[in-house]
Amino acid sequence: MTTFLGTPGVGNLRGDEPFPAAARTALADSQLRRNIGHATHTIRAKRLNAIRECDDWEQLRAAGSALKQDVMARLPELLEQLEDNVTQRGGVVHWARDGDEANRIVADLIRATGSDEVVKVKSMATQEIGLNEYLEAQGIAAFETDLAELIVQLGHDKPSHILVPAIHRNRAEIREIFTREMPDAGELTDDPRVLAMAARAHLRRKFLTAKVAVSGANFGIAETGTLAVVESEGNGRMCLTLPQTLITVMGIEKVVPTFADLEVFMQLLPRSSTAERMNPYTSMWTGVHPGDGPQEFHLVLLDNGRTRVLADEVGRAALHCIRCSACLNVCPVYERTGGHAYGSVYPGPIGAILSPQLTGTTGHDDPNATLPFASSLCGACFEACPVRIDIPTILVHLRAQQVDQERGTLRGVLFSGQDLAMKAAGWAMSGAGRFSLAEKALAAGRLIAGRDHRISALPWPASKWTASRDIPEPPAETFRQWWNRTHERDRR
Amino acid sequence: MRIALFATCLADAMFPPAAIATVQLLERLGHQVEFPESQTCCGQMHVNTGYLKEATALVRNHVEAFESANCDAVVAPSGSCVGSVRHQHAMVARRAGDEGLAIRAEHLAAKTYELSELLIDVLGIDDVGAYYPHRVTYHPTCHSLRMLGVGDKPLRLLRNVQGLTLVELPEAESCCGFGGTFAIKNSDTSTAMLADKMAHIAETDAEVCSAGDSSCLMHIGGGLSRLRSGVRTVHLAEILAAT
Repeated sequence: MTTFLGTPGVGNLRGDEPFPAAARTALADSQLRRNIGHATHTIRAKRLNAIRECDDWEQLRAAGSALKQDVMARLPELLEQLEDNVTQRGGVVHWARDGDEANRIVADLIRATGSDEVVKVKSMATQEIGLNEYLEAQGIAAFETDLAELIVQLGHDKPSHILVPAIHRNRAEIREIFTREMPDAGELTDDPRVLAMAARAHLRRKFLTAKVAVSGANFGIAETGTLAVVESEGNGRMCLTLPQTLITVMGIEKVVPTFADLEVFMQLLPRSSTAERMNPYTSMWTGVHPGDGPQEFHLVLLDNGRTRVLADEVGRAALHCIRCSACLNVCPVYERTGGHAYGSVYPGPIGAILSPQLTGTTGHDDPNATLPFASSLCGACFEACPVRIDIPTILVHLRAQQVDQERGTLRGVLFSGQDLAMKAAGWAMSGAGRFSLAEKALAAGRLIAGRDHRISALPWPASKWTASRDIPEPPAETFRQWWNRTHERDRR
Repeated sequence: MRIALFATCLADAMFPPAAIATVQLLERLGHQVEFPESQTCCGQMHVNTGYLKEATALVRNHVEAFESANCDAVVAPSGSCVGSVRHQHAMVARRAGDEGLAIRAEHLAAKTYELSELLIDVLGIDDVGAYYPHRVTYHPTCHSLRMLGVGDKPLRLLRNVQGLTLVELPEAESCCGFGGTFAIKNSDTSTAMLADKMAHIAETDAEVCSAGDSSCLMHIGGGLSRLRSGVRTVHLAEILAAT
């Protein structure tokens, strides 16, 4: 019998084109680059100040990492414990093997209440599975209540950041969206306060009438059956307390063993994400309490490729992610391209290791297969990650998987000539004699250099380099030759 | 001290002055430098592009070349090649199922140093007696900073160079966009990163942009050359060897 390695993740996890092509489009948008460059630089400086206040930051990171490793090592047991405790306290637990199943479960639960609209708390899991689109097709209207998610929804747009989904928009663009989509709002300026108040008035009506709310969860505590949502605006608190029915969709990796473990994560998460010592609203709920809050509570536990990721000893650390976005904010690639280029709802460095693992990849032309290569391996993400996910190492691991998967196939051989180049270079460099010969061949490059001793045009694929960069002509004497001339002669 | 030089394939073939300067500097400081001639390349490009199997032969060649040199320490004028030796070699060997090679690679990695680490941590000097009368800005390179954690060691060395005016590079810790085959595979993004790096270099009014890695300098220098900016790229070793 073969081991069950989980079903692949489905939903908004894959774009339409390879990263280099999508990035080219994004790079050409100078407004986008200004918006994202400004936003990431601001949050970077704030985050550094917030973590410098903690003398024990490195110990906290190590603790967060250890806790997540423990969770992954005994995920099935912790999930069953969570299910038991949620059930005992009056909640109902549903298991969804993928996004399609989760969407069906949520739609059926909403229909059973007789309602045809829901209010939503900002949630990556429901963005991942495309719940809003599914519900719309079923005749159920879903209203995003997080300000940035509202901007994205009203703009008929896609989120481009995990924490700040409308980071690619500036306030002038937001004013335009609100004016178009909220006819009741009246005359709006691009003053952030005016825009926030317009959204507030728009949302308040929804909060007071909605019978059903859908949320995600930052943490699910196995020991007590408690769910937790961490947010900044208070819209989440409204959704979690006012409606009669609450449906929470939680990725299975979000379970933590005990209530005390939150001590570590509640220090790591706010400082890493919004650079706050403590986030403004932390809502926790445990089952159902008669006469207080939602009278019906459903927890949908979502796999959608996570079991697949767990099966990979190196790659599974991607599941440790607590969705803080620190890696996006410090990433020099994300800073230039923004989130849409990654195709998935999980952009940036964490997306580059998470999306391809959740979905699996079908070959080098699969957009998700290009994501592990969308990094210069500068290491800024690893340095910033509050749970110490070694993203560069996982990127290299996934690159190796990709190469090995295509090794020996016709497609692999034709893969941009890269296979041949790498094998030839590997052969030439595995012995000093051959390397020395290769160096002599390289000296021929002196013939193509211009009078100014630089090479400014080379054939494809090296043209990708010379499009924007020169190469100096190869030296008249290699180091090896210099060494032999100056040192070896004396010794002989 | 007997120090083996790992010249790195790039400096050996394309940027010999960086390796030559490393030899001259260490000899001037009274050390004996060896160049194990069977050395070639650390295999970083292969590893980072996903060709771990091909990299195994390079790791074996590297380990054998430097084991036989039997020196007290190994030095390379490159943060990223030392990063590969320290953080990738054993992993590559283990993935190929060669535990013996992995253990040998770990032993070798433990005595392999990037130039500024060797000078400050091993040899205990931060003033090498250099003279370099130029306005210089320093790009700290990602792998030196974040894989090796060299911190401000290169800057401490540069501050003690006579005649040198050190100008702080804005957003110094941002990647220049090289990233090995990243510069080819994601050429547009790489170029966007390089453009910002070059703009920051221009802000410093420096004559020279220095770094501890020939690969980053090849990238930054390639861009500066294309723009005919007039700013030269010079390896840290060359500045420290200058008198």
